[in-house]
Amino acid sequence: MIRFLLKGILRDKQRSLLPVVIVIIGVMLTVFMFCWLKGVLNDSVELNANFNAGHVKIMTASYAKNVDQTPNDLALIGVDTLMLKLNKEFPEMKWGQRIHFGGLIDAPDSKGETRTQGPAMGFGIDLLSGDRSEIERFNLDKSVRRGRLPVHSGEILLSEEFSRKLKVNPGDTVTLIGSTMNGSMAMYNYTVCGTIVFGTGPMDQGSVIADIKDVRNALDMNNAAGEIVGYLPGNYYDEEKINQIVTRFNKLFPSSKDEYAPVMLTLRQQNSLGNMIDQIKALGAFAVFIFVLSMSLVLWNAGLLGGLRRYTEFGTRLAIGEDYSHIYKTMIYESVLIGIIGSLIGTTIGVILSLYMQNHGLDLSSMMKNATILMPAVFHARITSAAFFIGFIPGLISTVVGTALSGIGIYKRKTAQLFKELEA
Amino acid sequence: MLCVSLNAQNPSAKEIIEKVDKNMSANSRVFTSKMIIHNPRNTRTVESKSWNIGEKKSYTEYLSPPREQGTKMLKLEDQLWIFSPETDRIIQISGHMLRQSVMGSDLSYEDMMEDPHLLNHYTGKIDGEEKIDDRTCWVITLIANTADVAYQMQKVWIDKDRYIPLKKELYAKSGVLLKRMELSDIKQIQGRWFPEKMLFKDILKEGEGTEFHIEEINFNVAIPDYIFSKASLKK
Repeated sequence: MIRFLLKGILRDKQRSLLPVVIVIIGVMLTVFMFCWLKGVLNDSVELNANFNAGHVKIMTASYAKNVDQTPNDLALIGVDTLMLKLNKEFPEMKWGQRIHFGGLIDAPDSKGETRTQGPAMGFGIDLLSGDRSEIERFNLDKSVRRGRLPVHSGEILLSEEFSRKLKVNPGDTVTLIGSTMNGSMAMYNYTVCGTIVFGTGPMDQGSVIADIKDVRNALDMNNAAGEIVGYLPGNYYDEEKINQIVTRFNKLFPSSKDEYAPVMLTLRQQNSLGNMIDQIKALGAFAVFIFVLSMSLVLWNAGLLGGLRRYTEFGTRLAIGEDYSHIYKTMIYESVLIGIIGSLIGTTIGVILSLYMQNHGLDLSSMMKNATILMPAVFHARITSAAFFIGFIPGLISTVVGTALSGIGIYKRKTAQLFKELEA
Repeated sequence: MLCVSLNAQNPSAKEIIEKVDKNMSANSRVFTSKMIIHNPRNTRTVESKSWNIGEKKSYTEYLSPPREQGTKMLKLEDQLWIFSPETDRIIQISGHMLRQSVMGSDLSYEDMMEDPHLLNHYTGKIDGEEKIDDRTCWVITLIANTADVAYQMQKVWIDKDRYIPLKKELYAKSGVLLKRMELSDIKQIQGRWFPEKMLFKDILKEGEGTEFHIEEINFNVAIPDYIFSKASLKK
């Protein structure tokens, strides 16, 4: 019977084309929207993970309580020993030491007096050791606008917008004025080697990046780091694996009253990222639910229309003795086939579109210029294994449900009316 | 005669503060000092030498530890500059930077800019008497009568015999206690009483506070004027 129905669908395009096209469009939109939402979530998570939170972050307990103020007086000390332990106990993780700092960048005139000055948000990361992990996480190679990355100690990168505001160019000397770990004033000269564009509003307005060793010298933070960030292999956030890492860490460093003891926070536990992830996931699920509902209504309508158009056919078939339930069954089987065909094609098209958006993304940087939260400027889609079957749920189920609902009308047909229609 | 005698025993707040200002201020001072800074995680000692003329001119050179050695500060009127030998730059400290801590201590640059003459900026009222370390003190509340002071209100405990403050509490306009000072090791130097040890505590900061020890001090000495210039910062 299936073959017979399939032949009927393929040959009678008048009957099948509209429902198939509707399913294709619905499934394609569902798959694309699912991949897009996944991508937006992943981009936001990845951006925050790379620039800020890591997949996990180790800080002192007191630093963690005041993390928004980057209190370097509460930084981790003796990090050499800590790093040895982390590399030994968690060889699967990639670790990076960082120092976040705030301060002023002072550009001198020819007499050495202040020409311009501006507040800066600084990152001390590993730029010169030869390990390019941090350079890749910050996407620095592709972000350089003028000049180059630091290759020597004493060099600094400024965000392009910040450098234009200060009228500072690669090759110029600037002085960082900040606070040491002990709270005294720090002053340190840097040579601007290049400018970068991060592509996110807050960071483009006043950021500087220097090698962590230089920052340690500047801020009197010998063998110290504000935070140590950790990343899973492949740089993909896996909550289950991360929770296992945290459990192992807590066994090594049980919680204590010592406010300078190291603590580990996951990405979800920082900056309300957990809330953001949950909200986007819930939003995605809600959006998919609405889509399924809408698709069901649309396909119910399509089924109704199809049914109405085929009332004469159903009437004839009833009149010649076909069973109500047999007709209903064939309708359902047809809708399953239409659903499968439409879902296959729709999923294929949806995945192709998502693949394009995954590789190229949508540049919303013009809308993000004045953003005060850390959001990516270019949003990509992300194809996951779920994308290959998510479309089938609305594509198949809603088609079958729609047909099932419209098919109920068959049972309400009165035999007396059939002959009238036959005559017509 | 009785009135005169009574007045001498019960001076007004203004008279007390005048005598305190006479003890604590001088036409010029040259002194070496040691600042022991007790942070929550470590203790640091910073040594310096200072030259002051009145309250308008001040020049300080930091002598140790090695990281701070060669750092210099110059105050002229209400302007403050700091020279860092590491950067070979002179930076003017102004605005919110004045509230930063000096060398990580409980003193701020603003504290160092303060005019030590209390009578120039405050009106006093005697609240009563208390004893500190067996010394009977007047307790005087000072309310600022100018806007350009770091602390709108001060409470001082003045030694009745020596006219030296033994304790000071510095308050914000809202009445919140910001800093506390305890002065001790009171010695007679060149005809005046002067504290050789001061303990500063920033109430809003963790740690045990900052001890300021005067190692050696000379009053009313001749200081060449060239010292109080930006050019001398780089020498």
